Amino acid sequence: MNPSDSGPHSRRRFLTLAAVSAVLAGCREKEGDPAAQAIRIGLFGALSGSEAGLGQYTDMGATLALEEINAAGGVLGRRLELIREDNRTTAGESATAVKKLLSRDHVVAVIGDGNSGRCLEAGPLCQAAGVPMVSPAATNPKVTEIGDCVFRVCFTDPFQGAVMARFARESLGLSRVGLLVDASAPYSLGLASVFRERFAAEGGTVVSEQRFSGGDKDFRAQLTALKSAGIEAVFAPSYYHSGGLILRQARDLGFAGPMLGSDGWEAPELLEVAGRTAEGAYFPVHFSPENTDPLVVGFLDRFRRRFERPPTGVSALAFDTLQLVADAIRRAGSVDSPAIRTALAATREFQGITGRISMDSSRNARKPAVIIGVRDGAFRFLRVVDPGDPGRASS
Amino acid sequence: MFPPRSQRILLAVLAASALLSAVSGRLNPYFLDVALGAGISVVLASSLNLINGFTGQFSLGHAGFMAVGAYASAMLTTTLAPRLGLSANLLQWVFFPLSLVAGGLLAALAGIAVGAPSLRLKGDYLAIVTLGFGEIIKVVLQNVDAVGASRGLTGIPNHTNFFWVFGSAAVTVYVVWALLNSTYGRGFLAVADDEVAAEAMGLNTTRYKITAFVVGAFFAGVAGGLYAHLKGYLNPGGFSFDKSIEIVVMVILGGMGRHSGVVVAALLLTVLTESLRQTGAFRMIVYSVLLIVLMLTRPQGLFVWPLWPKKEARP
Repeated sequence: MNPSDSGPHSRRRFLTLAAVSAVLAGCREKEGDPAAQAIRIGLFGALSGSEAGLGQYTDMGATLALEEINAAGGVLGRRLELIREDNRTTAGESATAVKKLLSRDHVVAVIGDGNSGRCLEAGPLCQAAGVPMVSPAATNPKVTEIGDCVFRVCFTDPFQGAVMARFARESLGLSRVGLLVDASAPYSLGLASVFRERFAAEGGTVVSEQRFSGGDKDFRAQLTALKSAGIEAVFAPSYYHSGGLILRQARDLGFAGPMLGSDGWEAPELLEVAGRTAEGAYFPVHFSPENTDPLVVGFLDRFRRRFERPPTGVSALAFDTLQLVADAIRRAGSVDSPAIRTALAATREFQGITGRISMDSSRNARKPAVIIGVRDGAFRFLRVVDPGDPGRASS
Repeated sequence: MFPPRSQRILLAVLAASALLSAVSGRLNPYFLDVALGAGISVVLASSLNLINGFTGQFSLGHAGFMAVGAYASAMLTTTLAPRLGLSANLLQWVFFPLSLVAGGLLAALAGIAVGAPSLRLKGDYLAIVTLGFGEIIKVVLQNVDAVGASRGLTGIPNHTNFFWVFGSAAVTVYVVWALLNSTYGRGFLAVADDEVAAEAMGLNTTRYKITAFVVGAFFAGVAGGLYAHLKGYLNPGGFSFDKSIEIVVMVILGGMGRHSGVVVAALLLTVLTESLRQTGAFRMIVYSVLLIVLMLTRPQGLFVWPLWPKKEARP
């Protein structure tokens, strides 16, 4: 169609004006905002793009916490306001979004993305501005190494090693365990080294360690070596695609003992690959909707009523993140970012949906993990395990 | 050889960006980030315009060249620079531009590597080859632990400022413009218009195409270096196919083979994505609708004189 035939030039001018005014509108200062009295907290996440699910479930968890806090009278007599910015799951956008939150909206604290990479991008900006950033679900150890303003509410990758060591020793009563480690994944190596150390400290023995590489499909040689070393259980920190094959091949070789894994196993594909051989597998997760703790049950109920769908693990973590930030503001008795930062760092035994949270000296949450066991072809909530403080000598 | 007017404009823009650079510290960091991002888009779009617009090739690998430059210059400033013990000023004003050029040269080398074997292909086929190249770069970076693998490269110093971004943008636009207005450069247009005829006239079309690729890749590499030192963090995921498409959209919207239109489109599209933040969840929908509207109303390019022709003079 020919635009000049179908309308006068004024229409095209109108379209140009519309585009220009859309640009200019973005530059307008917000003045006389009635919410000026509200305490502003920023949230940046993947609200659209390839990981939109992660961002949206984070947002829902934080929104539920926000509404409950405000319904209960807010914090320090002021309402909380959550300013959400989308990074489209795109590298480079988190930095821009956080610069906006810090310099335009003057937020007092930031809730981070659930993805470690995007937290590594935005973290240094929050650190430079002295504004605390709390990630609900960035598990990479590097994230909180950015500086003293960066926190997380989830546990770290290596922390799971300590959780599984305690679980293997105390709940399963194991004393001889073999390791099967993915030598190409820092995630797997980190978990294995912490497990070895903690399991020995708790009085057990790591009898043998076998290694494989990322895309391997056959683990029979390593499993046979482990089995002949006289082990009671295998600890194989890995992702579900390796995990499923390891489970199947271990059972095929006639090994009947417990199979221990890591949170990378939490995927339906694990059950699809392993089928009936997944029975007797155990791994840690951040949150289980099957937990019968009244706090968790209440949260599930309120979340379902508000959003008409069940929450995911990251929703529960985001809920805890905002509650923890609000709690820190209360304890600080001020909305100054440095005071909030200090209060966050001093968090001890904060009761969240995902467990009692304490911040360690590296600003990582120290809290119990949920152990999932496979029963009748489904992931079942088993128990909560608190590995204690690895800094303290085990009793 | 070139009209002196163009050189005067180049010098004026360079001087203006140096002046603005001196006061940019007072600017809101968010606005500064958006402005610098827009400037980097100008470098990317103008350099791609040489390949896609003027030479008539279809490259979907610009993000790959950008990644090469970004990682190369970031590795220089994060690993080599601290060992030299240079002062902050020397780092910012001497070492950083050298690392940008080094990143650009490495990207240009990648341009030769991709261009030489694949430029015998045309149109869609070339697009697929360059697309594959871009993805290879991304996957390689995701697996090399020395550059942070999929975790990303952290701790890159923030050397990028107003002068380097808009200075590079001005130089890019000038070089592309001057190249095309030189005797040699007319060959690019000939290749775009009719490759067979150009060859019959004795032009080495393959050589022209490779030259376009190398020059385009060089500036994409420089843009990558600027981007790395603006964001302070690199992740291979940021150089995916989507990023290449973003740059291609700027070139098409600005008008293939138009200098000023592509510059305006690069600035407009970068600022638009940010200014639409206030529409919240509808941001990308509004953005896409605006793209469609612009494409329907200005198919000849965003900025073609006269802006509103009395008589239809569209190509």
